[in-house]
Order: sequence, then structure tokens, then C-alpha cells
Amino acid sequence: MTDLATARARRTRNSRALLLAPAMLILLVAATGPLLIVLVYSFLTPGDYGGVIWSFSTEAWANVVVRRDIFTGDLQLADAHLSVLWRSVKLSIMTMILAFIFGFPTAYFIATRPRGQRDMWMLLIMIPFWTNLLIRTFAIMELIRNQGTLNTVLIWLGVIEQPIQMLFTEFSLLLGMTYVYLPLMILPIYASMERLDFSLVEAAYDLYATRLKVLRKVIFPLVKPGVVAGSILVFVPCLGAYVTPRVLGGGKQLMLGNLIELQFGQLRNWPLGAALSLTLLVIVMIALLFYVRAIGREGERNV
Amino acid sequence: MIDIQSLTKTFGTGTGAFTALDDVSVTIASNEFFTLLGPSGCGKTTLLRVIAGFIDPTRGTVALDGEDLLTRPPYARPVNTVFQSYALFPHMTVAQNIAFGLEMLRKPATEIAATVEEMLALVRMTEMADRRTDQISGGQQQRVALARALAPRPRVLLLDEPLSALDFKLRKNMQLELKRLQSETGITFVFVTHDQDEALTMSDRLAVMNEGRIRQIGSPRDIYIHPAERFVADFIGDTNFLQADLLGRSGDVARVRLASGAEIDARAATGMQAAGGQVTVAVRPEHATLETTGDALMTGRIANVVYVGTDTHYHVDLEGGARFIVRRQNTPGQAQDWQEGQEVGVSFPSGVGQVLRD
Repeated sequence: MTDLATARARRTRNSRALLLAPAMLILLVAATGPLLIVLVYSFLTPGDYGGVIWSFSTEAWANVVVRRDIFTGDLQLADAHLSVLWRSVKLSIMTMILAFIFGFPTAYFIATRPRGQRDMWMLLIMIPFWTNLLIRTFAIMELIRNQGTLNTVLIWLGVIEQPIQMLFTEFSLLLGMTYVYLPLMILPIYASMERLDFSLVEAAYDLYATRLKVLRKVIFPLVKPGVVAGSILVFVPCLGAYVTPRVLGGGKQLMLGNLIELQFGQLRNWPLGAALSLTLLVIVMIALLFYVRAIGREGERNV
Repeated sequence: MIDIQSLTKTFGTGTGAFTALDDVSVTIASNEFFTLLGPSGCGKTTLLRVIAGFIDPTRGTVALDGEDLLTRPPYARPVNTVFQSYALFPHMTVAQNIAFGLEMLRKPATEIAATVEEMLALVRMTEMADRRTDQISGGQQQRVALARALAPRPRVLLLDEPLSALDFKLRKNMQLELKRLQSETGITFVFVTHDQDEALTMSDRLAVMNEGRIRQIGSPRDIYIHPAERFVADFIGDTNFLQADLLGRSGDVARVRLASGAEIDARAATGMQAAGGQVTVAVRPEHATLETTGDALMTGRIANVVYVGTDTHYHVDLEGGARFIVRRQNTPGQAQDWQEGQEVGVSFPSGVGQVLRD
């Protein structure tokens, strides 16, 4: 009896391993492989015309935070890198907050529509998301450039006399990224909101909680996993954003993605590019760790 | 005292409009255990939700001790609800759930702690105070929901079929428990159910509802013995309906002639015609007796004898085609003296039959 059971268990285990093999192979080759190459490259010496020279060096990693003065040879903080890094983190956090401010009420609105209408609303949210990123970014550009729709209308209305410089500022990046990543915030919040038992809202309302208290004490704690997931989904791609800062930042408002691209392109410093990529990865990992812990705490309380 | 006057609620407009409440007027006394009884879709839950403040009525007024309730949002009404699904907050413990209403009322912490203790003891859940709501059984959840709604000491407690998710034994216990809590706290209970046993067991008074209207209000005994109309007689308990001619009426006594030709006094429904025409007489199966055909009111043949433990039901095919059921309590040593196929007489005492309004 037990022999039979163990044999069956072993068979299940074997066939499971066999079925998982292709996926594991792809993960190993396509995900871990390139990452290892990046890791190795970050410890090599840059070649003169791009590429790497196979000699070990920690120069690239040092260059992430410090730089050597060309003339005196003194070490200085690499403020250019640090300011880009700081801008990336700052704009990502601000985008995340903005996406939450716009996304939460939207998700609530959709979740409280009659069941038959919700899919239609979600579709409306998703349609821009399915449009090419570049096209959407150029649309934002058209909207906010000096001779763009917004400035033209404001001048025509007499609100302003000179066009406001919005393009190529941090504002334009914030606007562009919030617009682009908003669906990623709405989707998970909506998913937890839809599962929310609205009789709980009624119960709180019945037990002397005002609308604001209901939101704070009942709705928010219960949809928190969705909010955390949405925040991560917005924060992570924002950190590595490339197209939006490239188009709307006009080369003045660099973010990490653009800096990395520069190293591999014009500046021909592949090891530094690799080191910067891994720095980005570390920041993302820290964000994910925070996410896992936040969800874990939630899980302990109401599994 | 809850005073409800001409309450009407219509959902939707035009041809798709649905009237959930149709000119409902009822007065519920303080400290009363009042039940709204009716089949699903009769408007009883809508009425409860109007009192709680979750639904705005189309017309009509709801006042509590003379104060208009309708102008206040749910959180400003001294009324709490026990929901059918309990609606316990899953991110809080049992004690935190019970404390919620008091916290929202900004009561001092010491008072909250004391009241929570008291409520836990009242519903016998003291040991479970720190459990999560998904770690306790359905019956315990039900008691927590009750304690949570009672903790802020509302003037009215609304209960929306709170026992429907419990099994039979537990439900019987909770019925008595609820009755005990009501008399201990002195709070007005408005209880919604579709279960006639529940309604009869617990209520001081009950209102039978159908299709958005209140059909009859009275004590359980009153409603059981003197149903005013066919719907009420049919919905509560088992009833035999007999066609009869109304011969005359004085006060609440009506003289009727049954199809068998026998004449008997029955109780008249309020608001029925003085004399003449066909009426329906309702007779409870346990109020009728079987006897020999000689001087019985009606005669017939026993079609079926059904033994159900406490009683035996005799299904009699009356002469003229109607089916009549007589229920007789089983007592020890009693010989089963009526057989299927036997010719019998069926009688009921004068004044026992109830003439229905419709």
C-alpha cells in the first residue's frame, strides 16, 4: 500500500520534472544567461570602440558613484550619475503616487458599476495601453509642446500670453509616465476591489463610520495588496523608462535607462553600462523585497 | 417607537419599474420583537434597508421616537444591522469587530474595552476575542455579528435573515438566544425572515408581507388562528380551504353554509361583506376531528394516512371533491383506529373556522 503510494508519488515527481524541463531551460538560457554576461562585463575593461577587453577591473563599479578628474586624477562624486539616479527614483515614486491618486478612484468607480458594465470600462482603460508606446508618447508631446493643443487653447482663452514651457521638463516626464503606466495601477486595484464584499462597506457605514472612515478603515486595508502590486508594477518600469524620457525629456532630463543607453552607445563604456544596469536591477530588487514583505504581513493576518 | 407611514419604493422607471414597497404603514413599539415575514421578493428586506438608510424610499416617512430618520445618512441613525452574510471585517479580530462601532462613535478607550468585554460575555465568545473572523464557525460568526451590532447600544436592531445560514439545531438554539438578548437588552428588534417557524417562535408581533404590501399584522397566535386572507393562511402553517355560502354576519361572527349543506359559525375577517356570496373558510388541520359519519359536518373517504412522528395526518377526500387534511397528535397507547379507504366524518367546532377576506 505505502510502496504503491511512494511509487506513484515518485512517478508524479518524475513526470513533473520532465514537463517543467523546457520552461526551466528557457529561463536558464534566456533570463539567467544574459544576466550573467552583464555581470561579467561589469568587471571588465572598456574597449576603445565599444565592446570589452578581457582584463579584470572594478573601475566600472567605482564609476557608478565616483569619477576621476581627467587632469588632476582626483576622485570626485559622479554627480551626473547620482543626479540621474536620484531623478529616476524621484520621478518613479512621484509617478507611482500620481498613478495611485488617479487610479484608486477609477478602480473604485469601475468596481461599483453594474457587473455587465465593468468589462466595458476596463476595455476603455486598456485600449490606450494596447497602443504603441511611442505613438502615445508623441501624442502627449503634441499636447504639451509650446505650439501644442494645451498652450494654443490657453492663449486663445486669454489665460496666458506666452506659451508655458512644459515639454522637456520633469513635468512632461511625470505626465507622460503617469499616462503610460496608469493602467498598471488600475488593473490590480480593480482586481482586489472587485473581490471586495460591499456588504462590509455597508456594515461600516451602518456602524457610524463616515464615508472617509469607511474608505480608511475598511476599503483601503482590504484592497491594500492590490495597491501594493499596482505601485510595484508602476514603479519598476518607471525606473527603467527609456522612450518617455527620451522623447519628452529631450535629452535634458535623462533617466537611468537613457544613461545606460548612452554608455553602450555614444560613450562606448560597456562595463559602466553593465554596472549601471545591475544597479538598476538592485533597486528593483529592493522594491520587490518591500512588496513581498508587505504582502507577507497582509497574508499573516488574513489568509 | 418606529413609525412608518405610506412607504413606497419603486426601482427603475417606465415599463421596467418594479414596486418593492407599496404603501406600507406600520408602527413598531419600543422593546418589541417585531418580525417581517414573507416569501423572497416580498419587500421585507427592502423595508429593513430603508430603515437602516441604505435605500431611499420613493415616498413615505420613517420616524424613530418622533424624529425623521430619512434625512439622516446610515452612520447618523441609532440603528444597527445584523447582515445576512454577517459582513464581519476580515482584517480585524473578533474583539476589534465588536469595538468598531464604538470607535467610530469616539467613545473613550476604557469604555470601549468594558463594552467589548460585556458584549463578548453576552454572546458567550470571551475565549474567542483574539481569533480572526475566519477562524470561528458560522454560529460563532453569527454571534459576533450580533455583538458588533449591539455594542453601540442602538435603539433599534435590524436583523436580515441572520439565521438562514445555520443548520437546524443551531438555528433553534439561536432563536432562543436572540429572544433572550432582546429581553436582556431591551432594544427594539426588527427581524426579517421567510421562515414561519422562526417568526412564530420569536416575535411579539409580526407582519406578513407579500408583493410589497403588508397583508396582516398581529401576534403570532392571532395570525396563526385568525389569518385574514388566503395568502396569510396559506403561507403560515397548513390550512384547509373550504368553499361556503355566507348566510349572515354580526360583528366578527359569520354564519356560513358549507358545501356539504351543514351550517356553522365561523370567525369573520375584518372588512368583509355583511352577507351573501361565496366565501372561503380556512380550517387548521389540528382543529378538525375525525368521527363516524353520523352527525359530522362533512363526510368523505380517507385517501392517505401519513405518520410523521409527533402526529398522524389523515388526508380525506370530501364528498364534492375537495381534499381535507386532519392532523391528530400521537399519544402513547393510542390505537390507530382510522384506515385508508374508510368512510369518515370530519368536524370542527363552531367559531374555529376563519372566513377569509378574499
